[in-house]
Amino acid sequence: MRIAEIAELLKAEICTKDPSQDLDILSACSADLMSDVMAFSKENAMLLTGLVNPQVVRTAEMMDIKVVVFVRGKKPQPPMIELAEEKGIVLLSTDYPLFVASGKLYSKGIRGRGE
Amino acid sequence: MNNVIVRDYDIPANDFTAAGEASSSVRKILVQLGVSPYVVKRTSIAMYEAEINAVIHGHGGKAHVEIDGSKVYIRISDEGPGIPDLELAMQEGYSTAPDSIREMGFGAGMGLSNIKKHSDIMKIDTEVNKGTTVHITVFFNAI
Repeated sequence: MRIAEIAELLKAEICTKDPSQDLDILSACSADLMSDVMAFSKENAMLLTGLVNPQVVRTAEMMDIKVVVFVRGKKPQPPMIELAEEKGIVLLSTDYPLFVASGKLYSKGIRGRGE
Repeated sequence: MNNVIVRDYDIPANDFTAAGEASSSVRKILVQLGVSPYVVKRTSIAMYEAEINAVIHGHGGKAHVEIDGSKVYIRISDEGPGIPDLELAMQEGYSTAPDSIREMGFGAGMGLSNIKKHSDIMKIDTEVNKGTTVHITVFFNAI
């Protein structure tokens, strides 16, 4: 799925500037614990989380995660947005809770690890 | 590539915003060297977890990195409280991190096991009240 499609599906705001038009997201993981993201996700290209701090962007960078969606209406702070733009990571913010946002993406064919 | 690239970093204490900058820098070097994405990711995860550990438990510390043609060696050392029971600390889910760290998304007791899983050689030297040093080696041709 393209960023624009994800944003439309989740009624999400795109928080970072100039998101890539070509990026095709195939898989995702949903977690609030960054250690879990690093332990259990392998080929994820997108992270859905309720946690909002700079370490989310750092974790995404280490894991090659290109898109982070903040759920339940949480919004990243300007320093996080700057860091993400520097690393080429797209940040989105949706009002949907984690389960609903994940379900919507799953129903459109986005898959997790282990299936 | 016969040259050895050596880098040293300070890991500031209690600065959660800066935590990960050393790992990010090493990651960038590996990408520029054309190291495989698999190895870059393993190295990044192992070093980042160790760096976070130094911030959480070790009052900050130092990172020393050596990259040659076949491997990356990372040494993260702190002068924190040390680990009294290393076997216990290695168990997944065992954590002594305070709630304030859990609120930041860490402290799940996965750090050391994540480092072990993503490195080819991991060695820990630790002494109570003296500090902890984690040695991580990742080979470029690892399966």
